[in-house]
Amino acid sequence: MKEEIIIAGFGGQGVLSMGKILAYSAIMQDMEVTWMPSYGPEMRGGTANVCVILSDKKIGSPIVTRYDTAIILNQQSMDKFENSVKPGGWLVYDPSGITRHPVRKDINICRIDAIEGAARIGNSKVYNMVVLGAFLQVKPLVSLENVEKGLAKSIPSRYAQMIPLNKAAIEDGMKNVEIVSRA
Amino acid sequence: MAEKILMKGNEAIAISAIRNGVDGYFGYPITPQSEVMETLMKEKPWETTGMVVLQAESETSSINMIYGGASCGKKVMTSSSSPGISLMCEGISYIAGAELPCVVVDVMRGGPGLGTIQPSQSDYNQIVKGGGHGDYHNIVLAPASAQDMYDFIDWGFDLAFKYRTPVVILADGIIGQMMEKVELHPMKPRRTAEEILKAAPWATTGKTADRERNIITSLSLDADIQEKFNRKLQAKYAVIEENEVKFSEYLTEDAEYVFVAFGCSSRICEAVVDGLREEGIKAGLLRPITLYPFPEKEIARLATQVKSMMSVELNLGQMVHDVRLAAGGKCPVGFYGRQGGNIYTPEEISAEFKKFNGLE
Repeated sequence: MKEEIIIAGFGGQGVLSMGKILAYSAIMQDMEVTWMPSYGPEMRGGTANVCVILSDKKIGSPIVTRYDTAIILNQQSMDKFENSVKPGGWLVYDPSGITRHPVRKDINICRIDAIEGAARIGNSKVYNMVVLGAFLQVKPLVSLENVEKGLAKSIPSRYAQMIPLNKAAIEDGMKNVEIVSRA
Repeated sequence: MAEKILMKGNEAIAISAIRNGVDGYFGYPITPQSEVMETLMKEKPWETTGMVVLQAESETSSINMIYGGASCGKKVMTSSSSPGISLMCEGISYIAGAELPCVVVDVMRGGPGLGTIQPSQSDYNQIVKGGGHGDYHNIVLAPASAQDMYDFIDWGFDLAFKYRTPVVILADGIIGQMMEKVELHPMKPRRTAEEILKAAPWATTGKTADRERNIITSLSLDADIQEKFNRKLQAKYAVIEENEVKFSEYLTEDAEYVFVAFGCSSRICEAVVDGLREEGIKAGLLRPITLYPFPEKEIARLATQVKSMMSVELNLGQMVHDVRLAAGGKCPVGFYGRQGGNIYTPEEISAEFKKFNGLE
């Protein structure tokens, strides 16, 4: 098993920390991981993206151009990454802020209104966890138990009381993800 | 079971320094390696192991603090990125000339000049051939993962003290910024005063009545003495070249084509090799882990086995000269590189490989 994922959106949406929590959860499941952010001047006020690779074998190249899954949280990232999803792969996106919805027919597409989800939980900071939940629903690569362990490792111990809230957000995302079309 | 932590290569450098009994870190912030000092400052090792962490006023200053600390037999290190390393090169030459041990981490970015902050491997010539003035070498280690970053600190200090020479860990922005799983090894305490006397009897630890004065200097105004010293250095390098070469190979056993690549490029070339193998092309990869000493014997051996070699580097052709020298004309040696912080994809390298070998 090898899953190559791009997570892309605006800086501040929690793109990098979502990737980190996913990667840590996979380590808890004894997988190999790489987490490679785009870093550079373009990050300031602009788009942020991170490539996360999960594998049951040692990972060679951390740089890939075709993804099994793209998690897309703004229009710029949709324009950039829709065509990078491998045929038969998944595109998970948040429709708010998207003006041009995905059009490909050879991939699986699902949407998650994560702003609404975070509002249901009552904390806008768990936005990214709602999105992570949506991804885990369509690609159950990591068990919820290990995600919880991954959360505990990723969140500084002084915020440990936030773990149940994050878990609730993940479960909300799992419940409310909506399949748009299948390949 | 050892604890496994998700961390950046830069963070692994810092955590490893604390856990391997390093006495002092002196540095100055620069992207893409700022997390090294940030992590050290966050961990506050001066409260636990007693390790000193200091932000100097410049790179020139930090390398001279290294010179001072190393003179006393302490395990001292610094880290920087390309332009900062250029500022340190005078000090590195003095440290080599004074035969002192230290570890310097260079997380390379695009140059020349202030350049870009994205990944590059364009300091190969500078670091592998010395960097500063004079007839000297650094031992150069090329990590390709966060785990390597962690492990090479301990290995680097072992080599530095064994040979009384600067060791440079030559990384790049990808290896510094990427997070991977890192396995932590048991803590090594800092050396006691007695242990320092044993590990570094040459150090300036305070003269006692029963021994001659220890002198640390790189100055010698007598031409004959200086020449004799340089011959001694070269004899030391010959021992290093004989004993310390390290490399890894991937599918080279039956290979008809071999890529040579270090650091992040070796990881990307692994994917290229896998892709070519799927097409039935017998490709393999040689990854030099030490860039100095260079795995020239293994490249010479492979040169008689393969149809061609290709050096793949994030620069416009530096290590390729050493590959050609080692191959000794026994096979054609091609090159592919990107610059300025741009990174090649496996597909791009594969296409260049086919073009070079007429396999289109």
